[in-house]
Amino acid sequence: MADAAFIGLSVLTVASAIFALESREIIYGAIALAVSMLGIAGFFILLDSPFVAMFQIAVYVGAVAVLVIFIVMLVRTEALFSATEDRGRRIAGLIFSLLMMVGIGVLLFSSLFSTAEFSPLMEKIVTKIGTEMLTYYSPVFILLGLTLAGAIIGALTLARREDSDQFTSASPQYKKIQIDKNAEEKEQI
Amino acid sequence: MTELINFVTVSLILVGIGVYGLVVKRNAIRMIFAIEIIANAANLNLIAFSRYLGDIQGQIFALFAIAIAAAEVAVGLAIIIIAYRLYKDIDVAAYKFLRG
Repeated sequence: MADAAFIGLSVLTVASAIFALESREIIYGAIALAVSMLGIAGFFILLDSPFVAMFQIAVYVGAVAVLVIFIVMLVRTEALFSATEDRGRRIAGLIFSLLMMVGIGVLLFSSLFSTAEFSPLMEKIVTKIGTEMLTYYSPVFILLGLTLAGAIIGALTLARREDSDQFTSASPQYKKIQIDKNAEEKEQI
Repeated sequence: MTELINFVTVSLILVGIGVYGLVVKRNAIRMIFAIEIIANAANLNLIAFSRYLGDIQGQIFALFAIAIAAAEVAVGLAIIIIAYRLYKDIDVAAYKFLRG
């Protein structure tokens, strides 16, 4: 049972990860990335860590995937297709990643981990995670909250248009610009 | 029976795919996808080894890593939005302003 679930999840995760990078339309790629992250959450459940799986679904599938889909919709469609990669670069990347995978794989399968077996199941995982997070890791926890707040404020500041209030039709500057333009046109006539 | 090596192998394949995407793709959003795939593979490794050792620390590290990755995606996508506004393009080869 676990074997069938594992094989199904691996095929789903790897195939959708490839599709996320190779799909023709980037919006389908974003959805495939979300599916791949759901597959990773399935692996977490297979590894008996349901709390991390829930966190993964909430953060990656719920927040990151939606964010990526919004950005894809904001960017003009023609710009998404303009990036072309040449053949030589593609083949070089393929060879590089295959070499890396084969190298690490050979090392891994010749190491002791190839026959390692899982230790017996842990009990009260969520209780342990909560206790650790609020005692030993509490400074890290606070720093993490500050980092997230800083990242969100930074992202908002970065993405804000400097000239946004100039170009909304309700603002006084916009009306002034319009009046100036009208005056110039009249002068030209 | 699924053991540690199976999960680490899947993680290795995902890292390979992510490195391929990071090397080959020139579309900035696709590069973010590749980074996300690599981060997910690292999380899978953390959880697998946490299960193997019977230790809770791996799961806590994975939780922190997921939160940091979310922050990184938010900032990365904001940077892409600005670059798109400046260059009207998301091809990273077109971003000449930071080139030395």
